Amino acid sequence: MTVIDTPPTTPTPAPEPRPAKVSDRLSSERRLGLRLTAPAFIVMILVTAYPLVYAVVLSFYRYRLTDPDGREFVGLQNYITVLTDPVWWSAVVTTMIITVASVAIELVLGFGFAWVMYRIIRGRSFVRTAILVPYGIITVVSAFVWRYAFQLDSGFINQWFGLGEFNWFGGRWSSLFVITLSEIWKTTPFISLLLLAGLVQVPEELQEAAKVDGASPWQRLWKVVLPNMKAAIMVAVLFRTLDAWRIFDNPFVMTNGANDTETLSFLAYRQNVTLVNLGAGSAISVLLFFTVVVIAFVFIKGFKTDLSQVRGDS
Amino acid sequence: MDGNKTSNWWTFWGVLILAWAAFPLLWMFSLAFKSPDTFREGTPSFFPKEWTWSNFSSVFSDELFTSALRNSFGIAVLATLLSVIVAMFAAYAIARLDFRGKKLLLSMALAIGMFPQAALVGPLFNMWRGLGIYDTWIGLIIPYLTFALPLSIWTMSAFFRQIPWEMEQAAQVDGATPWQAFRKVIVPLAAPGVFTTAILTFFFCWNEFLLATSLTSTDRARTVPAALSFFTGSSQFQSPVTAIMAASVVVTIPVVILVLLFQRRIVAGLTSGAVKG
Repeated sequence: MTVIDTPPTTPTPAPEPRPAKVSDRLSSERRLGLRLTAPAFIVMILVTAYPLVYAVVLSFYRYRLTDPDGREFVGLQNYITVLTDPVWWSAVVTTMIITVASVAIELVLGFGFAWVMYRIIRGRSFVRTAILVPYGIITVVSAFVWRYAFQLDSGFINQWFGLGEFNWFGGRWSSLFVITLSEIWKTTPFISLLLLAGLVQVPEELQEAAKVDGASPWQRLWKVVLPNMKAAIMVAVLFRTLDAWRIFDNPFVMTNGANDTETLSFLAYRQNVTLVNLGAGSAISVLLFFTVVVIAFVFIKGFKTDLSQVRGDS
Repeated sequence: MDGNKTSNWWTFWGVLILAWAAFPLLWMFSLAFKSPDTFREGTPSFFPKEWTWSNFSSVFSDELFTSALRNSFGIAVLATLLSVIVAMFAAYAIARLDFRGKKLLLSMALAIGMFPQAALVGPLFNMWRGLGIYDTWIGLIIPYLTFALPLSIWTMSAFFRQIPWEMEQAAQVDGATPWQAFRKVIVPLAAPGVFTTAILTFFFCWNEFLLATSLTSTDRARTVPAALSFFTGSSQFQSPVTAIMAASVVVTIPVVILVLLFQRRIVAGLTSGAVKG
């Protein structure tokens, strides 16, 4: 894709003698800008910022919907309860395992896919079309498909691999394996397209020059291609990490949280919606939000991920 | 010839990717055509021993599924429409105007795009009950529209930035009225970007599960992903496995059609919104 960098369309100042008119025009442009973006601002604030503040408030109360009169200010008690509960830490570890495993594998696999899509000549559009199907498919559907492939009564996996009566959903690690597999299948296309966009930006001449200088394909990959698409890689990894961190659909459908496969989003859902324990549930929500802020901060400040590319305000 | 050989080699890898994407679909398809009573008899084979349509007729005669299908379509289409309209104004302002608040809007959209929705289910659940919009279409459309906005705004502003807006003035210089200039020049240039954004937004709403299970309780507003997770089959003596797969095939068809028709645009939209390429 080529981007035609249109020059900023700020109105050019009118001839000298009428400075009042210039500022008029600028301020009317400002007003129009605010008016056009107001709906987006209002919706985003009302539906995310306000409930988040509400969650912070609720997290200081003991509050169950089943016992509305028992609502009582308890200070940080909910946070202490959550942070000393092994259920929270189990969810943290589970989420971390799924996130690290899926992002690491997807990065390698996604890069491979991007490379193939970049180089392939015959059947290029076939591959691009095929890869979009997992991207577009409903995550719950993907979760069911993989679950039934591994499930004892319906699946073919055990038969194909001679595993007999092995119950994949009977233990934590085998369950996490299947959950991660479904996650990888579904989201590798996204990461591979982001990497492809970075890959096409690496100047072909650089690679040619390295080839002439006698660099092996492996050296060209590590010394020329990857350093030149660092920004795209970091953005893709940040996006996928935060996306994987929210994982909910796959464990919900596959294990319903059994055998220590409950993730953070699942824990927040269960406390808030299933148990209507809004006090402790809100504390979990706030902590979950906090973990996301920490991850984003580490990427942006620690790894210097350049988000201006994403934001588009170059 | 050496060049030909390498080309074949890449095609081989391409075929592998194709298989990787298609294999689970094939499995879904085959399970959907197995008989609900005998699919697990003996050692389960990959393909059905005898093909049957009975799963499809059973899901379509199930009110739970048909209402979910209606809800999914209605909610996804309306939320997409609203989100695209709101985002269109914002993206136009971002691409063309100079105003304070532009950076703030883009950063806010980015933050919400990364936001863990699960952190909001508790407060939204409580607020929606208070407002009386729990378990209604509007109760899902509002959060869908919000969480789709970041994607819509980035994608569309990336597209709008590429539009040669000077052509509008050029057309006016050539004698077109402002309305003609807008309708004949700008609309055709902007339409592909708007349309692509709509497809991506639709995918998002069609796929959403967490809010759908949290903010609905009956078939009044329950969408397909939520309904599937609660589906227990037409009778308690029958396993829901094959029926769930038949329903999955039905809801995957729109995705496959959109992908087949608009592959090029979707790829452009996904990549332009995230990383300028």
